[in-house]
Parts: sequence; C-alpha cells; structure tokens
Amino acid sequence: MEAVERAFRAERGRVLAGLLRVLGDFDLAEDALQDALAAALVHWPRRGVPANPGAWIATAARNAAIDRIRREGTLRRKLALLEPDVDAPTDDTFPDERLALFFTCCHPALALETRVALSLRSLGGLTTDEIARAFLVPEPTLAQRLVRARRKIRDAGIPFRVPPGHLLPERTTGVLAALYLIFNQGYGPPVRVDLCDEAIRLARLLAVLMPDEPEALGLAALMLLHDARREARGGEELVLLEDQDRSLWDIDRIAEGQRLLDRALRLRRSGPYQLRAAIAALHTAPETDWPQIAALYAELAARTGSPVVELNRAVAIALGGELDAGLELIDAIDLPRYHLLHAARADLLRRLGRDAEAAAAYRSALELAPTEPERRFLARRLASVEG
Amino acid sequence: MQYALLIYSDESGWESLSEADRQALHAEYDSFTGALVASGAIRGGDQLQGASAATTVRIRDGESLVTDGPFAETKETLGGYYLIDVESLDDAIGWAAKIPCARHGSIEVRPVVAREGTA
Repeated sequence: MEAVERAFRAERGRVLAGLLRVLGDFDLAEDALQDALAAALVHWPRRGVPANPGAWIATAARNAAIDRIRREGTLRRKLALLEPDVDAPTDDTFPDERLALFFTCCHPALALETRVALSLRSLGGLTTDEIARAFLVPEPTLAQRLVRARRKIRDAGIPFRVPPGHLLPERTTGVLAALYLIFNQGYGPPVRVDLCDEAIRLARLLAVLMPDEPEALGLAALMLLHDARREARGGEELVLLEDQDRSLWDIDRIAEGQRLLDRALRLRRSGPYQLRAAIAALHTAPETDWPQIAALYAELAARTGSPVVELNRAVAIALGGELDAGLELIDAIDLPRYHLLHAARADLLRRLGRDAEAAAAYRSALELAPTEPERRFLARRLASVEG
Repeated sequence: MQYALLIYSDESGWESLSEADRQALHAEYDSFTGALVASGAIRGGDQLQGASAATTVRIRDGESLVTDGPFAETKETLGGYYLIDVESLDDAIGWAAKIPCARHGSIEVRPVVAREGTA
C-alpha cells in the first residue's frame, strides 16, 4: 500500500533511532520496525491512514519489540524502558535520536562503503534493493553488508551516541564524507535522481540536527546548489556550465542553498564544504566572478592539497582572462591520467588558437574519458580544431 | 566490555634503536601502563618475547606438528597485549591510540567474548 510505503520512508529513521536509544540492539530494532510495517499493511487499508503516522509506527514498533523480548527472553531488563508512559503526550514527543544514529552508522570502525549503505538504509528512505542498484552491487551482497555492519556494531561495542566533544570534530568529518560520497554517486554522470534526493534529504536533516556546525550547513548548501542545475546539465549529452539553459535551474534550491551558506559563513569557521558551496553559489550569478572563484579554489587547495582543486583554480584563472597563466599552472600539475586535465589544457589551447596542440590534448583526454557523453563531447571538440 | 589490545610491530625497527631510544620507549610504556592502571580499566597485559623465540603447535589428523617461529611469517609481529575493561569501543580506541607502538606499528582492538557472569 502506497501510503504505508511513503510513511515508512519518511518516519523510519526517527523511529529506528528512538528504538535504538532504548534497546541498544540494532537487530531487534530493525525486526521490530519490520513487524510494525507488517502491522500497518494489515491495519491501514482497513482503518485508514492514521492522523500521525510517525507516532503510530513508533507505538507499533515499540509493542513489537516488547513482544519479541518476551518471546525470546533476551534483554528483559529493557522491558521497563519500553512500557509506554501513559502520562506522556502523544505526537512529536518521541525524542529525536537521529543524530546519534548518524554517528553510529558513520563510525570509523565501519568501512566507508558500509557507512554509506547503513546510513542510507537506517536514516534514508531507500530499500536494500534501491541502495544495491545505486552502487552497482548485487542485492544479496548489500544485504549481507548491512547484516555484518549491525553485527559489528553489537559485537565490537560501537556506542549509540553523539560522540563527546573531543571526538566530535573528526567524527563529524566522517559523517560529512559519507554523505558527500552518496551525493557524488548520485550526481554521476549518469545522474541517479533518487540518490541525489536522498543525499540532500540526509544533509538537510544533519544541518537541522547540527545547526552550529558550519560544515554541515555548507555541505547541504553545496548539494542544493549543485543539484539545482541538474535539469540543465543534460542527460545523454554533456552540457557545459557556460552553455546551460539557466531557465532550467531550480531557483528554490539555489535560494535554499544560498540561505544555508549564509548561515554557515556567519559562524565564521571556514572549511572545505563551505568553500565548495561558495564556489557553486558564485556560478549561479549572471556574471561569473572568476577571480573570486580562483581565490576560493586557492583556499580550498591549501586546505585539501588536492591537485584536482589546483586544476580548477588554474581554469578559473584562465577563464578570468589570464589564459597563459592558467596554462602554465596546469602544466605544473601532476595528474597524467586524469582526463579532465587534458580536456582543460585542450580548451585553453583552443582559446589561444593553438589548434595543433589543442588537438593533441583532446586526443589524450579522449583516450582517458570514462563515459560516453564525455567522449562524444571531446570528439566534437577535437573535430572543431582539426577541421 | 572487555577488549584485547594486540600490539603489532616490525621488530627490526626496535632492533635498530639506540640504547637511549629504547630506554625512552620503555619509559613511555611504563607511563602508559601507569595511566591505564590508575584509570581502573586494566585487566592484564604483557610484553612478549620476540618472534624468533616463538614455537607454533598444530595437531592435524592426530599428529602433532611443532614448528619453529610464529604461526605465519609476517612483517609485523605480535609484540605484546593489554586486556582492558571499558564502556565502549571508543574508549578502547582511545587507549589503543596512546600505546607508543601505535605511532609506527598497528594496534588491533578485539572485543573479548563475554563469559557467563561478566558484563
């Protein structure tokens, strides 16, 4: 039933997190949630969708957990914690434990691919099958990965909590990295819309749960600003930023991204996601401020030491009017197998009218380009400088 | 929860140290052990003699196979261990990170199987 599916997608994370706080047992919490789903599939068609689906699911899951504990005999000491408090008001009162769930799913003791899968399953609205397809992994493999992850959490004693202050910075970096990976996987090419949407949903949630963490705000802003251009990027054919039909840009996402970025910047603690978001924001302006973009890439390069960032800086300097300077910088970068380096070189040489050299560079880029749309684009460019 | 902190390192690193450096390292270990004891988390621990002093025993098809050396030839070998009792993996990781060998070797943090009557 569609309403059941929608409600569970929306409420799953919150209910799971609440159960985990009380039970401290991932498998039991997941099983209880499954029982609640089964119950909803029976009751909702008969009695209609409840006014507060989240509260209904939480209650059903809690009751299911109580039943399981009684049947299995384990964790009996948790029974008292589960018994509903009759004096407590109903909806919106189950405390939001999702931040603890974020940090648990993204614990460094779990492999990155596991953190990604577990976050998407526990907090996101995706099914095991959807996650498997998004990451091009067979469904049973992904299901096993999740089973092993929950087992590791239990056996190794990964605590269910927001880490204490001294661990928070490094752990937050881990959570942000997992979310960024999800978004990049979704952004592609090829674009997987449901994955992008999930990444944004989780990033928005994290921004709500950590309102004073500027990098969490920055990451959400970055995703929104990039995703806003999704319709204009083209599917089968690559469309460069400068050639995009700006009327296809999602102005609501741009506005929301900009608001989040402004809030982040007011906290006055710079970081890589904020810098990337700021660059993305500058790209939405009618006239591109290339010197400012170059300056931001310089800061980002200093922070990350990434040659790819340095490449972007070189391109920004070139497009800001200093083609020769940009070319010089590119030639100093050591990324011989990175197709975009050759593509950038080729583009600058083309703009300088050095067609023969541009052609050679386009050929190198073509050899290394990993996707069909990119290869077709580069082939067209090669033809334009050879012809 | 109980954890074993298994200390792995390349022994040739130790052998190439000067006497003064070895003394300094010993002092660091003493200091670490002292902190662990003071915290009440320690349940055991020992330095092991080098891999060259090891003997490996296997029984296969009722036959006893005794060989010279550690169970496998690896670059990093087990040099010692600590047994600790702490709240969660984070605490165990925190202690492991302070072990002097963590700087050039590897500390494996392994939960101990709970026996009846223990937490």
